[in-house]
Formats: sequence, structure tokens, C-alpha cells
Amino acid sequence: MELLRFTTAGSVDDGKSTLIGRLLYDSKSIFEEQIEAVKNSSKKKGLEHVDLSLLTDGLKDEREQGITIDVAYRYFATPKRKFIIADTPGHIQYTRNMVTGASTANLALILIDARKGVVEQTSRHSFIASLLQIPHVIVCVNKMDLVDYSEEQFDKVVEQYKEFAAKLNVKDIRFVPISALHGDNVVNRSENMPWYQGETLLHTLETIHIGNDNNLIDCRFPVQTVIRPHNNEYHDYRGYAGRVAGGVFKIGDKVLVLPSGFSSTIKQIDTYDGPLQEAYPPMSVTIVLDDDIDISRGDMIVRENNQPQVSQEIDVMLCWLNVRGPVPNGKYILRHTTNEVRTMIKEVLYKVDINTLHRIEDDKVIRMNEISRVRLRTTKPLLADSYTRNRQTGSLILVDESTNETVAAGMIID
Amino acid sequence: MSNYFLSHLKELEAEAIYVIREVIAQFERPAILFSGGKDSIVVTHLARKAFFPAKIPMPLIHIDTGHNFPETIAFRNNLVEELGVQLIVGSVQESINEGRAVEESGRNASRNALQTVTLLEAIESNKIDAALGGARRDEEKARAKERFFSHRDDYGQWDPKNQRPELWNLFNGKKSHGEHFRVFPISNWTEMDIWQYILTENIAIPSLYFAHNREVIYRDNTWLPVSEFITVREEETVIKKQIRFRTLGDITITGGIESDADTLDKIVMEVAASRHTERGNRADDKRSETSMEDRKKQGYF
Repeated sequence: MELLRFTTAGSVDDGKSTLIGRLLYDSKSIFEEQIEAVKNSSKKKGLEHVDLSLLTDGLKDEREQGITIDVAYRYFATPKRKFIIADTPGHIQYTRNMVTGASTANLALILIDARKGVVEQTSRHSFIASLLQIPHVIVCVNKMDLVDYSEEQFDKVVEQYKEFAAKLNVKDIRFVPISALHGDNVVNRSENMPWYQGETLLHTLETIHIGNDNNLIDCRFPVQTVIRPHNNEYHDYRGYAGRVAGGVFKIGDKVLVLPSGFSSTIKQIDTYDGPLQEAYPPMSVTIVLDDDIDISRGDMIVRENNQPQVSQEIDVMLCWLNVRGPVPNGKYILRHTTNEVRTMIKEVLYKVDINTLHRIEDDKVIRMNEISRVRLRTTKPLLADSYTRNRQTGSLILVDESTNETVAAGMIID
Repeated sequence: MSNYFLSHLKELEAEAIYVIREVIAQFERPAILFSGGKDSIVVTHLARKAFFPAKIPMPLIHIDTGHNFPETIAFRNNLVEELGVQLIVGSVQESINEGRAVEESGRNASRNALQTVTLLEAIESNKIDAALGGARRDEEKARAKERFFSHRDDYGQWDPKNQRPELWNLFNGKKSHGEHFRVFPISNWTEMDIWQYILTENIAIPSLYFAHNREVIYRDNTWLPVSEFITVREEETVIKKQIRFRTLGDITITGGIESDADTLDKIVMEVAASRHTERGNRADDKRSETSMEDRKKQGYF
């Protein structure tokens, strides 16, 4: 069974919570006492139907305010796949939460109200999906019940979206007409839309091909920690523990260790369950090399003929996550793979209006939830790939040295 | 190239191992919170994998309420010996004796909430800067928003509204003096994943998880084990039943379910067919709709 991680974004009224509730309910992933609790709450609120959106309610403050303010993770499984949903709020002031949810997703669910078509929020969610390089997007045209299940209206929304999405960099976009409230085409095929020949939402989630989402070409192994058992059986053992971030490593491969530049050969690939012949993303393994060279956390094992760029000046798309904007000439800790350096923002090139995708060049003051293209200068070189090439070796975060908070997320541009 | 994929359990395992290794790399004195329950057993098993062929380079901490299942303690002692790791026991009884915790009174008295006091003491006195726990996001709604690396202030408190954003697999373990982190490597696992993993890996777990005969009373919609720590009320009758426990905690609050699942295979089948949450038999979660969230803010597991 494979694991599919997807993200959703939406506001209170576009039916996102109802859709998730519907997926959980119709796929029978809800326990009896949860259903009972939701039925009781619905009654208390004086609702006639069972409000499935209550299933995804989170913390106390949010229940009181009726809004989702953070990323909440939900889980369900069908006989075909296990799913992790990163459920995020859709309002512009929660861009940082959407970016967080999108960072680990293979797929984005975007909801459009069939009556309204593409609105500002649709653009925003789609832009974030594209910026974070989520490989697959499913556009759910929701509330079809409110447009008399009209094929014409669905086609209109699809055309409108396609026109807009031409500006984005998303490889795989699919459309499903649904009614989350009534369950049409969510888990069960709709009898109200015989004109729709495609798959239901759940079927698409179960079968969409995600096997090629990892980078299997560029070998990248960031070293997390060095394993030295210091016992008689493994007296001289020195293993480099880490998670493969790209490519396929095999025993006997000639490799290069960066930044030192020493080369060696892979002698063993170890795991608790026994040695492996090869390792690929996202495996956690321990690599042993033929030569005794000095390697520590933050170093990267790569192939000689395929190396990341080594640079102290990099351009990134930066999403600011903190209430406190960047301090002019402020220094930050930069975390990238298992490496840590200090950095400063050398230049803000432009900001992006995430509703229209227009560049803003006359206002370069970065505030929370804004996305901008910046040039960073680091104290030591980074071993970096572009984010479009590898989401693991192309991403970074900035940490404020005085508060220790994670203040920004960056995606490296070539 | 399309053969290069991992099953969902292998992917979750790889993620957890990565998180555990980040802990050893980013912190000076980490420890594993070990309750003797299946989730902390799985975390310990994953830690063993993460550092193989070396030993687990951190101690286990057990917060002992004094109201234990004897089976849990025996299991714990065996495991510690097998792994060759240090065991730190934080005793709730000692916290009570020394006046730092006050025993609850009344019909539903339990030592569950007192564990927080002892846990924070153990963390402080052993200068633990990262405590690995087996909490999962699917368990309870307050845990659905928990981070892998969860920051605690110098009072050990969790501020759910002011959590650090966590993106990709970049974990920020930076902290000020006196603060610590709780780290949850199996955040993304569900109860079903845990059981399937225990089955696939053939991990030893306490016998309490398997169906067995035991003296119980029926209280608060669950079969509560009779022990020296609970008072059987007049209206209650002690009977012998075949039950098993889906979660393990303090013996006074952990209810069992009627079951004939006496093998791992049968347990997996039973969990798959179950229509009730595993914490449904835990009195500590039933106190109010937000009881888990309230306890977590104060520093609970």
C-alpha cells in the first residue's frame, strides 16, 4: 500500500471542511463516537442535516470561532492507499499555513464554488501549489447541486481555470464536479450528473500515479549523524546516517563528499533489517565508505558527474512566516538539508501579489504571509539544487537568532 | 524506474528514523518517554533501527504513577536489559510524598494529571532537552495540530496558538536555556499503522494487549480491571471476563474491551473492523471535550 499526502485549502464557506468530512465519512474512516458527537453538535446548533464539517474541527479556540487557524493533519485509508491530509485555512492571512501544508504534499485539492467560478482565493491556492511544486492538482468544482448539476456550468469553470492555470507551473491538473454536501462524485458516483464520465474524487486519489514524484536521477545524501558503535563487534565501524534526498545509491558507486571534495566508493548500505544493494528516496539508511575520510553532519554524498551548485549567494522565493518582518541587514540562521549556516538578505528583488501573480517592484518591505524573490548571502557555501529539481535539497528555512522562531521558508531558484 | 517506491509502513518508518536521528544531532540530552504502551514500544524499536549497529544513545524515562499493571513493569525491565540502555524512573508517589503533587480525592480520583508534575521534574532534574514520545496525530483532536518538534517553554507548557511552522523535513530545535522539546516521530501513524507494523516487525508487546481472562467491573461504559488501587462500589459487581486492552495507561483508568483477539493477526483484524476510537476506554479523556488539550498545554505527554 502506498502513502499519498495531499493538502487542501479553502475558506469557511467553500465547503472544504464538508468535503473532508464527506471523504472520511463515506470511506468509513469515522468512529461511532465521533459521528455521535457531530450529530449532537449539529442538533445543538439547530441544523437539519448532520454537519460533516464539524468532524474536522480542531482546537478549542477554533471551535469557538468557527475557523481553522492552523494546519491540521487527518488520516484515512482505503484498501488501496493510506492518505494524510494537511488541512489548511484558505484566507490570505493564513498563507504561511497553506505553504506549510503544501511543503510535504504530493497532491493539492483545490475547491471552486460552481456558482462563482475562479475567484481570488482559487488563484492564491493554485499559485501556492505551483510555487511549492506539488506534482498533482485536483480541482473540485463544488456545490454542483446549487447549479442544477449543470454540465455547461462545469465546463465554463474548467475553461476559466485552464486559462488561468496556463500561467502556472503545474504538470497534472484534473477536474471533478462534486457536491460535498450531498456526496456526489466524492466517494460514490453521482446519479445527478450522468454527463460526467470521469472518475470520482476518491477513485482519483486512490489511483493517481505518484511513483515518479521523487527525484531518482540526482544522487543526494545529506549526512545527518555519524554512527560509531565503539564496541568489539563493530570496532572500527563508521557509518553515515541519513535519508536519501535524491537518486539511487548502489554498492560500488564512486561517490564524492562535499564540501571537502574527497572521493570514495560505497562499501555498504546498512539498515537494522540487513544490508541493502541500493538505496533511494525517501529511505533512511547508513552508508559506509571504503576510505576513512572525515565526514560530519551537514556534508553531502553525491556522484562525481552530478553535483549540486556550491554557492554563497543564492536567489530564493521566500515566504515570510512571522509577525515580525525581516530586520534590515539582520542575520538569520539558515537551515538547509542537514546543514546550518548564517545568512542575511542581501536584496529584495520583487514581491509577488499572490492573488494576481503580478510582480510588485515599488514596495520591497516584506511582511508576514508575503512572498518575495530575494538574494541571500551566506557565511558558508550551500550545497543546493533548484527547488523545481529537488524539493528536499532545494528548500530552506530561516530562524531568528534572538527568538529561535522559524521566520521564513525559501525555495531555491536556479 | 517505477519500482523505486516504498510501502506506506516503510515510508512512515523512514520518516520516523529521520526524525529520531535529527534529535540526536540537534540536542545534547535527549530521552525516550517510555510508558510500556505499544506506541512508546514502537518508538523505542524505531530508535534501535535508527542507530544500528550502535546502541540507542539515550535513556528511557518512565513516569511511574505507582498504579501499574505488573505486566507493564516486567516488560519494561526486560526491554531495558535487552537494549542495554539506562532507565530513569520518575515516581508520582515521590512527588506526592514530597508535597509537589496533591492526590485527587473523590469517586473518580486518578493520578493521571499528576504525571505532568513528575514528568516535568524528571525532565528538569535530568536536564533533558528533548523528550521523544509516542503521541500520534490521529489519537485526539488536540494532537492533530502537534508538530514533530514541539517547543515547550521553561515551565514545560505548550502554546498551541504559537507553534513554529514546520516545513518539508527541516526541523528547528533551537531553544533558550531551560526550555525543552517534545518530539513525536510517529506523528503520522494511525492506530492501524502501529498494529500492522508490530505484526510485520514481530515486535514484542505486553501480554495485556492480547485477550485474557481478568476480574473486572463495568464502570463508565468500559471494563475496568480490579486492582488494589480501585474501590469497588456497592452497586458494582466483580466478574471474570475475557478482555484485552487497546491502550495501556494507569491501571485505574484503563478500561478493556471484550475480545477474543489473542494473536497479533486477530488484533489487526479487530482494529480494522472497530467502530470505536481506542481512547474511548480512557477515563482521562472523558472528563471534558477539551481535556486532552488542557492537559497538553500544561505539559502532559
